[in-house]
Amino acid sequence: MTNQNEEQSPQKTPTLPMIAVLGGVAMLSGFLVVLVFQLTKPYIAENQRRATQEAVSKVIPDAVVQKQFLIADGEISPFDKDKKGLSIFAGYDAGGALLGIAAPANAQGYADMITLLYGYDHTCECIRGIRILKMAETPGLGDMIKLDPQFQKNFVRLDASLNKEGSALKNPIVTVKHGAKKNNWEIDAISGATISSRAVGKALNKSAQMLLPKLRPHLPTLRSGQPDLAKIK
Amino acid sequence: MKQKQDETLTLNVFTEGLWRENPVFVMLLGMCPVLAVSNTGFNALAMGLATTFVLVTSGAIVSLLRNIIPKQARIATYIIIIATFVTIVDYLIQAISLELYNALGAFIQLIVVNCIILGRAEAYASRQRLVKTVINALGMGAGFTLALLCLGIVREVLGAGSLFGIDLFGPRFEPWVIMILPAGGFIVLSLLLLGFNWINQRISARKEETGTHHAAG
Repeated sequence: MTNQNEEQSPQKTPTLPMIAVLGGVAMLSGFLVVLVFQLTKPYIAENQRRATQEAVSKVIPDAVVQKQFLIADGEISPFDKDKKGLSIFAGYDAGGALLGIAAPANAQGYADMITLLYGYDHTCECIRGIRILKMAETPGLGDMIKLDPQFQKNFVRLDASLNKEGSALKNPIVTVKHGAKKNNWEIDAISGATISSRAVGKALNKSAQMLLPKLRPHLPTLRSGQPDLAKIK
Repeated sequence: MKQKQDETLTLNVFTEGLWRENPVFVMLLGMCPVLAVSNTGFNALAMGLATTFVLVTSGAIVSLLRNIIPKQARIATYIIIIATFVTIVDYLIQAISLELYNALGAFIQLIVVNCIILGRAEAYASRQRLVKTVINALGMGAGFTLALLCLGIVREVLGAGSLFGIDLFGPRFEPWVIMILPAGGFIVLSLLLLGFNWINQRISARKEETGTHHAAG
């Protein structure tokens, strides 16, 4: 049907109507998109906040109160979305005592970047849990890093203590072949998901090597970090 | 009288997309999301509904503007309209559930280039009245959702041992991982197509049979 019309009309292109229609449709489209963006913005922000909060409470299990901080240029300050820096979460119990710190880490996995959140316990200087936030690993194989109970056991008490000078980890966190774990700073890889398991180790090591030396001098500040400001409802 | 004509048309207009012109099983359009996001029943349902929304809304606008859109600029105009509604769906899904948003990944944005939508805008919405377009788009969307669900349910039950996230077989079930992988999508799709065509052939064969019978009688 269109062919017939096209054959009949090799006439001149109607420039003005084309511009008018395309312009009009584009304007209408812009208006609609902005409208929906504005309407959904608070809900999306709330969803994101809830997702982070849930992840933090998974890696600092007993925390009743969470507070977000920013580390920039060796200084620690309460989170401010206009400032740049590394954002971390501190978890406190009901009495206001510091239970641990949650920080993000990422590394290239098999398919895409793996982003995770890990909980660091300053009393045992160890990692107490991880939670995969974003990944695109192969279903059934690589994605087992998210739920495999055997793999999660690695992070019940993963050693992340600093050396004497406090400049780096005493023992770098490494992923070893499945069944070869001997020391508690090693991660036992999932058999069949070695690349994804290694990526988790790499992410943790990279982040811990960078963050923990910076964090140490600020622990007293974090301990006294007026947690009631960020009370969770 | 005109209205009556429309009414008699409507049921057909709607059911067309469900069976006779099913976008997935008959027209084989939009295979990319069909294979990619049908790994669980829930993802399949969400993707189907998102596509239906875009089909209906973009079809409605195209149908309303069909007399003022210049022929030479029609594809560009359709794409702007479609992209607008895809962006809206993208924000809506983010607002509804981040988990769902992450599961569907890039395939929401890719609805823009789903050939079902542009195909229906060009072949149907641009020449039919608003009501008919909307009803037809609803039918097409339902057909697409149904097809995705067929795949999603089979793949989730076999590949993860669950249905809509509810565990079916208990911990002793060993999931057929291949079903969740892309290869499983192809296998299930091909089997469903086989079944669909087989049923259709039988239906048309029976019709012919009764037809000749009547002719003979």
